[in-house]
Amino acid sequence: MRALTQWFNDRAPGMGEAYKKHMTEYYAPKNFNVMYYFGSLAMLVLVNQIVTGIFLTMFYTPTAAGAFDSVQYIMRDVHWGWLVRYMHVTGASMFFIVIYLHMFRGLMYGSYKKPRELVWLLGMLIFLALMAEAFMGYVLPWGNMSFWGAKVIITLFSAIPVIGEHLVTWIMGSFVPSDPTLNRFFALHVVALPLVLLLLVVLHLGALHEVGSNNPDGVDIKKHKGPDGHALDGIPFHPYYTLKDLVGVGVFLVICAVIIFFAPTVGGFFLEHDNSIPANDLVTPATIKPVWYFSPFYAILRMIPSKGFGVLAMGLSIVVLFLVPWLDRGGVKSIRYRGLSYKIAITIFAIVFLLLAAIGADLTPGWIVAIFGPQADITTIENLFGRILVVLYFGFFIFLWVYTFFGLEKTKPVPERVTTHA
Amino acid sequence: MHDKTFRAPVRTLAAVLLGLALVLIAAPAAMAEEGGGLPHVNVNVHDQGSLQRGARLFMNYCVGCHSLKYLRYSQMASGLGLTEDQVMDNLNFTGAKFGAPIISAMPDADAEKWFGKAPPDLSLEVSAKGADWVAAYLKSFYLDPHTASGWNNTVFPNVAMPFPLWQLQGEQVPVLGKAENGQPAPVESLTLAHPGSMTPAQYDQAVRDLTAFLTYVSTPDELVRSHIGAWVVLYLVLFTLFALVLKKEYWKDVH
Repeated sequence: MRALTQWFNDRAPGMGEAYKKHMTEYYAPKNFNVMYYFGSLAMLVLVNQIVTGIFLTMFYTPTAAGAFDSVQYIMRDVHWGWLVRYMHVTGASMFFIVIYLHMFRGLMYGSYKKPRELVWLLGMLIFLALMAEAFMGYVLPWGNMSFWGAKVIITLFSAIPVIGEHLVTWIMGSFVPSDPTLNRFFALHVVALPLVLLLLVVLHLGALHEVGSNNPDGVDIKKHKGPDGHALDGIPFHPYYTLKDLVGVGVFLVICAVIIFFAPTVGGFFLEHDNSIPANDLVTPATIKPVWYFSPFYAILRMIPSKGFGVLAMGLSIVVLFLVPWLDRGGVKSIRYRGLSYKIAITIFAIVFLLLAAIGADLTPGWIVAIFGPQADITTIENLFGRILVVLYFGFFIFLWVYTFFGLEKTKPVPERVTTHA
Repeated sequence: MHDKTFRAPVRTLAAVLLGLALVLIAAPAAMAEEGGGLPHVNVNVHDQGSLQRGARLFMNYCVGCHSLKYLRYSQMASGLGLTEDQVMDNLNFTGAKFGAPIISAMPDADAEKWFGKAPPDLSLEVSAKGADWVAAYLKSFYLDPHTASGWNNTVFPNVAMPFPLWQLQGEQVPVLGKAENGQPAPVESLTLAHPGSMTPAQYDQAVRDLTAFLTYVSTPDELVRSHIGAWVVLYLVLFTLFALVLKKEYWKDVH
């Protein structure tokens, strides 16, 4: 075994070094809490999506005439096809749950702040690529919601002045979503975007490992080094965090297994009822809405009365996240030592995000009827409520800048060393 | 040093968010139970007798017009615990092969001429509309002289299909409300004018069986899933416990 290792190292001397740099000698803060599981879980889901996706492509037919049938073929005739498809479908939704929590962790502990701005930007690019990947994947089963969702979302590009209409035709390769649309989405979903995602993940991790991980206290562990030159509050990623993450993986897989085996549609959220009807350009579903993970952004689009400004606001709601490292001028990273107003603001922001999701997922009409009675004017109440939420969503970022730029924040003293460990 | 005060706001935040997320998840489930005002039908796809009775109803009353193109007779046999002979003798009236999908004998072109619209394939009907909808639909036909078929439906107004189960349920007539603004009078409820061969309780059970069968047809994987699922979850729980023990062993020297 040792001879084999030696043989290998002689021929690829960089590999052992890379392994040390990123695993056994990557010193991570010892005080990671539960919010720090989601990065490794995102990697796990990415691998799951690629592996199950490969098997799905073996049986899926990317044509308008054959796609819907081939999905049922996978569900019924292919051995374990239903399991592979449910793993892929559940994985898609879990990917977003994990990524949203991962991003929220970044906001809570100021992981986007100097020197990790690049890590944040690359992460945001991953989020963008993931949204494109998920959207195109959702079109592939060619159910009626695939069709109408694709039509509505692609048509948003017509809001762009002058070239808009042409752009829509160019993206679809036709005047309605049809064979050319399905074919190119298939190519992008299974080849192009996974490559982009993998590259971005490598860069995201590479950038992180250059500057080192942040932690729930937001303190720089490299300030206090031991005689061996390693951070006193740091521990090697492997075996400590590989084993800790393995526990997280176990819990996560239990949740996923319960969903996959006992409630794979999750009440029409992970798999929508209208997508059990084949694509039909003559029958419009009662409500056209994207899958739940796009619903906060879709709600922002819907709540703005003008199509052009709606699209603009929806785009801005994501662009503004890219700018967070420069909007937040505060000197303290972690929520633990930040001002009370910040704690209140980020709590409101999280609640606003979830409530926007509820509007985008069309849950609010039921709530409004439950609260105000059947005579309630649903549209007016929903618009009022939704527009307040849109203002609060953007308000968080304006608050963040004003609060920190003008030095209004009263922070608590940040400790020299990390305070807790698991 | 464990300073609890530092962690308190994070805990509160986590609790608030978790609570809200649970509400968001529970709310649609609660609404789904209401099913838009439709009564909840209690189908059990693990009750093989119910599935078999439902299959018999389907093959006697439905398959003349509606296909189940995504289900093969052979798959139905294993799902319902029947032998090849039982299926071929009692449930296959089209002469199709055992391994063939369940296709109606009625040509689409003729159907369109007769009903104005080809009867839809019902393989995924429960996935698309829900079991509650299917059951309510089958109980909501009433006599209506204004329609081409003489039948109408409160769940699916002006449906093209004449009521195929009328001999079982009997004939329902509408109790009309007040007509307003020149609109036709709304149907407020249905009453049974002429009883069929079944009592209302028997008919309810028949609808439950038929709906259970169609639920199975929509997601035949459900029969396999729930059996394997418990073992998979058990294995993963044990795996997690072992991982936890291993992690604690390694982390002993982290202070």
